[in-house]
Amino acid sequence: MAKYGDIGKARQTSRQARRIYDFVKPPEIDSGAITHFPVVIAGGGPIGLASAIDLARYGIRSVVLEKYNTVSDGSRAICWAKRTLEILDRIGTSGRMMEKGVVWNQGWVYFGEETEPVYKFDLLPDKEQKFPAFINLQQFYAEEYLIDLFPQYPQTGIRWQNELTDVVNDTDKVIVTVNTPAGEYRLSCDYLIAADGHRSPAREALGLDFIGRVFEDNFLIADVRMKADFPAIRRFWFDPPFNPGQTSLIHKQADDVWRIDFQMGWDIDREEVMKEENIDAKIRAFLGSDLEFEYEWVSLYTFKCCRMEKFVHGRTIFAGDSAHLVSPFGARGANGGLQDVDNLAWKLHLVLTGAAPPHLINSYDDERILGAEENVMNSSRSTDFMTPKSEVSLAFRNATLELAKDFEFARRFVNPGRLSTPSVLDGSPLNTPDEDEFSDRQRPGAPCLDAPVYINGADAWFLNQLGSRFVGIYFSGDGSAPAELDAVGSGQIPVDTLIVTEAGNGGKHILDKNGLLHRHYDARPGTYYLVRPDQHVAGRWRKFNRVKVTNALARATGLAG
Amino acid sequence: MSLRTELGVADPDDFYARLIELHEGLTTEQSHKVNAKVILMLANHVGDTDVLYEVLDYVEKDLGSDV
Repeated sequence: MAKYGDIGKARQTSRQARRIYDFVKPPEIDSGAITHFPVVIAGGGPIGLASAIDLARYGIRSVVLEKYNTVSDGSRAICWAKRTLEILDRIGTSGRMMEKGVVWNQGWVYFGEETEPVYKFDLLPDKEQKFPAFINLQQFYAEEYLIDLFPQYPQTGIRWQNELTDVVNDTDKVIVTVNTPAGEYRLSCDYLIAADGHRSPAREALGLDFIGRVFEDNFLIADVRMKADFPAIRRFWFDPPFNPGQTSLIHKQADDVWRIDFQMGWDIDREEVMKEENIDAKIRAFLGSDLEFEYEWVSLYTFKCCRMEKFVHGRTIFAGDSAHLVSPFGARGANGGLQDVDNLAWKLHLVLTGAAPPHLINSYDDERILGAEENVMNSSRSTDFMTPKSEVSLAFRNATLELAKDFEFARRFVNPGRLSTPSVLDGSPLNTPDEDEFSDRQRPGAPCLDAPVYINGADAWFLNQLGSRFVGIYFSGDGSAPAELDAVGSGQIPVDTLIVTEAGNGGKHILDKNGLLHRHYDARPGTYYLVRPDQHVAGRWRKFNRVKVTNALARATGLAG
Repeated sequence: MSLRTELGVADPDDFYARLIELHEGLTTEQSHKVNAKVILMLANHVGDTDVLYEVLDYVEKDLGSDV
């Protein structure tokens, strides 16, 4: 059965065996009971699966409803960004992702017939990080690794071939109708996470739609399996001889599979393009006649950029493609969706346990709409550069590419896709604005940057000390710390204190191995950061003050405005 | 206003003539590209985004009376 068969026009030529998961008849079909779950998750893609595991780690019960009985066909999302790997490190699949994925940090850009790139860019400006800028890995692997975690978490489970068909969004609960091969049944929940993809049945059921829809050209995407010694670098062409007037891209995935994209232009005959001999001709023009290859997956997409006006609708919350869509040139689809998960899970946890008021969930709208806007903006700008809409726009584009050969400044104007970087939640109502002098980098709303540290005589990573609960980071210098540090937080919302030192062996404290933490965080002895469960900064001060930190914690959890 | 509006170019007639000369014999397409290069290089040289946006805003506003 083809999962996501509704997107684009895909040829299911995939030879990679996918796991099939058994349909189990839900007990509600015979009993007629309406079982209640704190959270029901519609959609078993990477966003839905990661939501279930993250919630289970917080102790929140949920169930995932997946329409099909397998993981995604074809490669689909392939680029997993550093921030995503950090999120998955907290959730538990980063190790397998790294083991199987193809690491890359560089993009090369070509123009016309030139065989040398006009521009090379490095996507990892900060070295000494646990994770690379990106790995490439077929989406179904990311899904399988998440599915493999489920047996460890009795709080959650996946119901295969269970399709959400209707939603009743009440003020006190959500009732969903679910269709299965054995009949229909209903479930109730406190919150519904609609991670059911770009055609979201949940969105339809609530009569909601996308806003600002912009169509952005047609692209032929071929995943081919071949033995090639091309580098593991994102290589992008403007106006190459093998696809004149258009753009193309080649990128390595696991298992000797390569993603090849051809921009096709507006005026195309879709039937013609998808004929095997025409696809062959395109790929042969690119690869030459000697290389042997076979198709893994081929699809013709019309990309669009759009988002829902709001992602939170009462007790139904949209995440991933159901909430926002972008062209794939920034790797901002699945990466954006996983930032949704990271942002939402801790808030649901606090609200469902009564530690925070329900309106904390509204901050998901504030923060993730900001992220989606950023992704849509970057995606649209890249498309304007790739597909100039007027004669003058084309002149500027080509002028930029020509200048880039000779001048360093022009290379920064070249836009072959601005790849996903983590969203800084500027202006979020959960942030406590700076009142002390600090560098911008780790300002309130920014995700914490990693650094190598030393704890209890062993090498470790800073980010692994953060996350899944509020943390107070005290930069101590010599290891001494005010006793009052432990007086922030409560039984319901505890704050763990971490003490960072500059010298010595660290002991149980965190030794800033190469001074990177102090530099990134603009820290001096006495500096204190309050960090959220999703590793974003809530507030920071030059001197610890219990009242100020307590107020910031209240603000970050919706307890005070 | 940070945009300089008094004369800054030492030899306005010479520069103007050179600019026009540059486009002699070019197609409109080539001229568009030449102009784009000039704009991008000068914009980068100026660097100050206050000045750059002041220019764009002026030109945009001025256009209002044409269309």
